[in-house]
Amino acid sequence: MSAVASASFRVRVGDADAIMDATSFVRFEGVRKSYDGKQFVVDDLNLAVRKGEFLTMLGPSGSGKTTSLMMLGGFEAPTFGHIFLDDEPVERLPPEKRNIGFVFQNYALFPHMTVAENVAFPLRYRGIKGRAAAGRIAKALAMVHLGHLGERKPSQLSGGQQQRVALARALVFDPTLVLMDEPLGALDKQLREHMQVEIKQLQRMLGITMVYVTHDQGEALTMSDRIAVFNDGRIQQLATPEVLYEQPANRFVAGFIGENNLIPAHVTRIENGTAVMALGDGTILRAPAATATRSSGASTLAIRPERFFVDTGDTPETNRLSGTVSELFYLGDHLRIAVDVGAEKPIVARIPALQRLPLACGDTIALRCHVHDCRLLEA
Amino acid sequence: MTPDLPTRSQPAGLDRAVRKANRPASRASFSLAIPLLLFLLVTFVVPIVSLFAKAVDNPETRSVLPATVAALDAWPGAGAPDEAVFAAFARDLARAASGRTAAGLGKRLNYEIPGMRSRVITAARSAGVVQAPFKAAFIKLDPVWGDPIVWATIKRDGRRLTPSYLLAAADLRQTADGAIVPAPADQRIFLGILGRTLFIAGLVTVLTLVLGYPVAYALALAPPLLASVMMLCILLPLWTSLLVRTTAWVVLLQTNGVVNDVILALGLSSERLQLIFTRFGTVAAMTHIQLPFTILPIASVMRTIPAAHMRAARSLGAPPAAAFWQVYAPQTLPGVMAGGLITFILSLGYYITPALVGGPNDQMISNFISIYINSELNWGLASALGVVLLVVTLGIYGVFLRVVGADKLRLG
Repeated sequence: MSAVASASFRVRVGDADAIMDATSFVRFEGVRKSYDGKQFVVDDLNLAVRKGEFLTMLGPSGSGKTTSLMMLGGFEAPTFGHIFLDDEPVERLPPEKRNIGFVFQNYALFPHMTVAENVAFPLRYRGIKGRAAAGRIAKALAMVHLGHLGERKPSQLSGGQQQRVALARALVFDPTLVLMDEPLGALDKQLREHMQVEIKQLQRMLGITMVYVTHDQGEALTMSDRIAVFNDGRIQQLATPEVLYEQPANRFVAGFIGENNLIPAHVTRIENGTAVMALGDGTILRAPAATATRSSGASTLAIRPERFFVDTGDTPETNRLSGTVSELFYLGDHLRIAVDVGAEKPIVARIPALQRLPLACGDTIALRCHVHDCRLLEA
Repeated sequence: MTPDLPTRSQPAGLDRAVRKANRPASRASFSLAIPLLLFLLVTFVVPIVSLFAKAVDNPETRSVLPATVAALDAWPGAGAPDEAVFAAFARDLARAASGRTAAGLGKRLNYEIPGMRSRVITAARSAGVVQAPFKAAFIKLDPVWGDPIVWATIKRDGRRLTPSYLLAAADLRQTADGAIVPAPADQRIFLGILGRTLFIAGLVTVLTLVLGYPVAYALALAPPLLASVMMLCILLPLWTSLLVRTTAWVVLLQTNGVVNDVILALGLSSERLQLIFTRFGTVAAMTHIQLPFTILPIASVMRTIPAAHMRAARSLGAPPAAAFWQVYAPQTLPGVMAGGLITFILSLGYYITPALVGGPNDQMISNFISIYINSELNWGLASALGVVLLVVTLGIYGVFLRVVGADKLRLG
């Protein structure tokens, strides 16, 4: 399983590297935004989006991601700072002059127009009429598999179909940049996952730059070349999905992306690039030391639940945590167990079901994980 | 699964079962509306039905001259009737004179043939003293009784129902031989009044839409606190009596009133203008009173239009004005239609405001209905005018629904 994961890891990183060579297309420089004159909802945003990149702004609600997108779309003006589009400052450019495709949260389809009229709308203002317009509309609708529904009104379509119309409308005028604000939020899970793949394929096929806002980390991981994790108006980390997952920069990212055990620990010393720390109950744990890690002090150890394994032998280069099983759920492909190890919170571990461990609540168990699977973060 | 449960192959039985299962619920909800339905029946349906009845009801001739009307059945309609009719006429009139009902008959016949009121009363006074042969005696008393047109009119008026009020309300009349012709030029007033009513109502509707639409838009865009203050300002006049608001306009518009003071002070005119008792005053006061009725439905529709629509239009390349007219305004149409329709229909029935603020040429059809009920005591014509107003209103509503479509109208 880990071999598969690391293989896909390499391929994806390869993609990201190729993108890195391209020039930056969208640039936020020192952008700050305040609505009430007291608080900044976006605070010192510096971000470069590369041409052809799929960049996701991920964060909880109120983290400033949507405001950042609205500033890029031209619906909000930055209080401070500059936004560049293809190296041109655009803060003063109205939305209609930016040539950006925008897909809104609830699609914002115009209910008094048919699907075809909705898709024709952006062409009107670009002087594309008659047969040329009809051809592009047909092409755009075919691209989202709605070629047969042009004469319907949006209200006669399902949520997924409305979503596709919004997509066709945002793409029909060949924008170089497309912004999406939680476009799949209103769809059910299955359809959402299907659309994620479809949108990603379209973006790759058309080679457009896409900035996508979501609070759904699964969606972000599936679709993005890079993800900017927002919290409290600031970017916490900007990285590829793999780096975000494997090397979270701080506690927030470690806790927000995927599941993580965040264990308060006290670093006692550093040996050959490995930090040695003690838990409250005296258990000694090791983790690779980051360059910034101080040789002593409070810190946080992050260990993913799926990196634990149950092993009775004394495997070298591992940490060992023992305790009693306080919760146990059978989830088909894995067992999810919570183990009380004497830390503040129980440790959550995912044990592959094929190990067929005869576990029960109250059992004493020893969990192990490799030292390189532990990540030391600031407290 | 029970074997007697209806399956897909028995849709009719299933239909009935669904209805039966839902019946207690629909009965319960219907029973909640019963008090209101009863109230409406008594205060709304019964008066309207009696209005329709009054418009065609024709009791006077039939009740005062029962024997005459019966005797006239045999009269062929040419020349003066025979002695039998006059004998019955003498008997009926003698009874009318003692029962003091002749004046009502005179008034009724006067609608058809001007001048008949005094002739009927004179004939009734003499009815006790005339001797047979009655035909010669009545004609000697007044030659009009030899005129077949008078008898044709009495014969026609002897019927239980009459179209004459409704015809009069439409500026038509029925000649003695039953043909329907336009009323004499000097009596043709009601179509003009109806036209004036429609014109004033239409003008008020257009003005409230022009003035109210921007206000509704501002209301929809305003932040919640400001919006509630604005809403209060819009609703405040509605909580004041219509009469008070109209009287306020009288105060404002009078020759020595505030508006004239301001015009004089600003030097817009060197003398005081006649504002009250004019079409201007009527339309201004009605527009003011109707504004909330137009604004509220528009604002309530505007509030349902997501802000993202304008943003989407802008992002797709539409300049602000185009985004507004292409995307926002069409979506407000149901509110515009509803607000306009409410104001138009309410304006059709205006009575107090034109009566107090308007001149003689600004009176609307309701005012004439009131005149015929209160001063002229011609309830038949008043009812007929009411029917005309009701039919025109329903007709406009029907045409509106047909042209615009009920789905385009959001009254709530």
